[in-house]
Amino acid sequence: GANYPLYIRSTPTENELKFHYMVHTSLDVVDEKISAMGKALVDQRELYLGLLYPTEDYKVYGYVTNSKVKFVMVVDSSNTALRDNEIRSMFRKLHNSYTDVMCNPFYNPGDRIQSRFVCLGRAFDNMVTSMMIPVC
Amino acid sequence: MEAAAAAAAGGGCGSGPPPLLLSEGEQQCYSELFARCAGAAGGGPGPGPPEAARVAPGTVTAAAGPVADLFRASQLPAETLHQITELCGAKRVGYFGPTQFYIALKLIAAAQSGLPVRIESIKCELPLPRFMMSKNDGEIRFGNPAELHGTKVQIPYLTTEKNSFKRMDDEDKQQETQSPTMSPLASPPSSPPHYQRVPLSHGYSKLRSSAEQMHPAPYEARQPLVQPEGSSSGGPGTKPLRHQTSLIRSFSVERELQDNSSYLDEPWRITEEQREYYVNQFRSLQPDPSSFISGSVAKNFFTKSKLSIPELSYIWELSDADCDGALTLSEFCAAFHLIVARKNGYPLPEGLPPTLQPEYLQAAFPKPKWDCQLFDSYSESLPANQQPRDLNRMETSVKDTADLPVSTQDVTGDDKQALKSTVNEALPKDVSEDPATPKDSNSLKARPRSRSYSSTSIEEAMKRGEDPPTPPPRPQKTHSRASSLDLNKVFQPSVPATKSGLLPPPPALPPRPCPSQSEQVSEAELLPQLSRAPSQAAESSPSKKDVLYSQPPSKPIRRKFRPENQATENQEPSTVASGPASAATVKPHPTVQKQSSKQKKAIQTAIRKNKEANAVLARLNSELQQQLKEVHQERIALENQLEQLRPVTVL
Repeated sequence: GANYPLYIRSTPTENELKFHYMVHTSLDVVDEKISAMGKALVDQRELYLGLLYPTEDYKVYGYVTNSKVKFVMVVDSSNTALRDNEIRSMFRKLHNSYTDVMCNPFYNPGDRIQSRFVCLGRAFDNMVTSMMIPVC
Repeated sequence: MEAAAAAAAGGGCGSGPPPLLLSEGEQQCYSELFARCAGAAGGGPGPGPPEAARVAPGTVTAAAGPVADLFRASQLPAETLHQITELCGAKRVGYFGPTQFYIALKLIAAAQSGLPVRIESIKCELPLPRFMMSKNDGEIRFGNPAELHGTKVQIPYLTTEKNSFKRMDDEDKQQETQSPTMSPLASPPSSPPHYQRVPLSHGYSKLRSSAEQMHPAPYEARQPLVQPEGSSSGGPGTKPLRHQTSLIRSFSVERELQDNSSYLDEPWRITEEQREYYVNQFRSLQPDPSSFISGSVAKNFFTKSKLSIPELSYIWELSDADCDGALTLSEFCAAFHLIVARKNGYPLPEGLPPTLQPEYLQAAFPKPKWDCQLFDSYSESLPANQQPRDLNRMETSVKDTADLPVSTQDVTGDDKQALKSTVNEALPKDVSEDPATPKDSNSLKARPRSRSYSSTSIEEAMKRGEDPPTPPPRPQKTHSRASSLDLNKVFQPSVPATKSGLLPPPPALPPRPCPSQSEQVSEAELLPQLSRAPSQAAESSPSKKDVLYSQPPSKPIRRKFRPENQATENQEPSTVASGPASAATVKPHPTVQKQSSKQKKAIQTAIRKNKEANAVLARLNSELQQQLKEVHQERIALENQLEQLRPVTVL
């Protein structure tokens, strides 16, 4: 199926393309994990996919929602302070913000989550910003 | 005076007695005003005082037009303005230099404070002059910068509007040109100036339509901003506005605090009539004021406002505070208000303004007046909790005689009858088409059924569970006649004069037409007892229970009378033989004889009724069976679907 990004954001503006690439390649890993799961993922635990793969610089975490929307997070490896719980909670927040976006009847699933001034997704964007700042 | 004016005019600021003492705020304000008037192109409509019209070349002067506008905006009488112009020296020198301008402003302040227009007046501490003008030219109330945050950009538009209450009368006509959504907002003219609730409509009309009194340059700058549509206008639009806001400031001492708080919130404060309008619109979408409007319904409604989808989605984001995909009344009002504001050119705020928060709105506007008992009962009757209420209603209906219409039984009286009749009329339509809310439709459907069949809770649950099924063959009772049981209704066409208490005569009645008095007595006794019992049973509603209830009492009675029957049977031949009964029988024979024919008739009618009841019950039974089957099938289908959805689809 098509795996186009609904939303992508990265903090350092340099190497942005590299992050995009990493995220995209990690989608394969996510797909792999999902298919390995088998039955329906109903548990919160199972939504969180954990560390997808580590590179020398970065760690990539994955999370998938019940509706097969994938969240991928790339974190700097040097940031050793981040524990698994924190990653989980970040994903949970992401998921909640995403559902808030969903609640908006003007949002069509599959649209990009814009965050321009008069568009949808400002709250989502703000939330992501708030998460990215302490991390980096 | 003249000398003073001359001195002031001659040297510029601060030279010669009396010095023009300006506080820092005043200095800032005046300089800004002056810059504006000076920078603006001349030629504003409306002639200023002719003395000021001449502009001496080579000096920095404020153009006469805007100055005149500004002065007029101070809302001082023309005489005073003339005086001021004279005093400040502009008249003499023929132009408004900085000095003249400042003096004039100070004189205006003095005049507004009630002081006589004298040069001496300006010596003392004065509040800043207040100018009430149309939007572009207006001074702005400026409170704490902190308060401006989200609403800053609206101030240039708004405070001027709401300040210019006195001009409302002129502008009321312009409100006619508003879009339909705005038309109800045409508020009554000439609210007192200190009225804090500003109808946004006034501001809107000014924004949209008024062409005169325009300060051309800023207005042109604003024109593209005022024309909304398109997200791009929001972004770049705010910047020039903010820029202007920073340029244009004034302090109002008089009523400053309360004015500031109210003026700053003005664009986002909902007035009474606006609130009423919003509430009516809410009701048109959702009759229950305490319930929600679903996302799709709201989406359709708001899309009619012709705003762009991104804007609407942003407005939704702002107003749906709890992010539940549905709008309560307060959320709906906030959203509507934002849409109205946006349509009239106000850029959308960064966050939901405090006056549009749901809690605030709920506190500010407690339950609207139309939410009276009438609607309470109506709204309660229609949406959730149909079952117990249906039963209650049915119980009350049961208690009354069948002849009385439902309306008279209802607690709330005629109004409810009107509602019920409309509901009843609406029912057949609901039944035939797919309802928007299955719950409501089911409830509506359930109600006549419950009335007509004293339906069981099972029945109601079934109906609620299924989607609008094919209209069942049972007669849809659209009239408001009460019926405790369908049997009553069945009897009504056939036997119009049924006794109210004549409820399912149970099969327990002795089928043999024994025209013995004891029989009749027993039957007579049976019937009232049975009628009482079933009526009580009907109050507890289930029709099946009715039969059950009636049966136990009948059975013992039956058994009780059995020996008597047998005894009377023995009697019968003797009575039929028209001979005096045997001594064993105590019953009076002549009475028996006379009553035998009556008994026969009574028994025969009873038999007939029993048969009809049987037939009806049998039909009922078959229909219920049918429904049961349908529900089963649905359940199976749903379970299948669930099974199919369960396994993860491999990508």
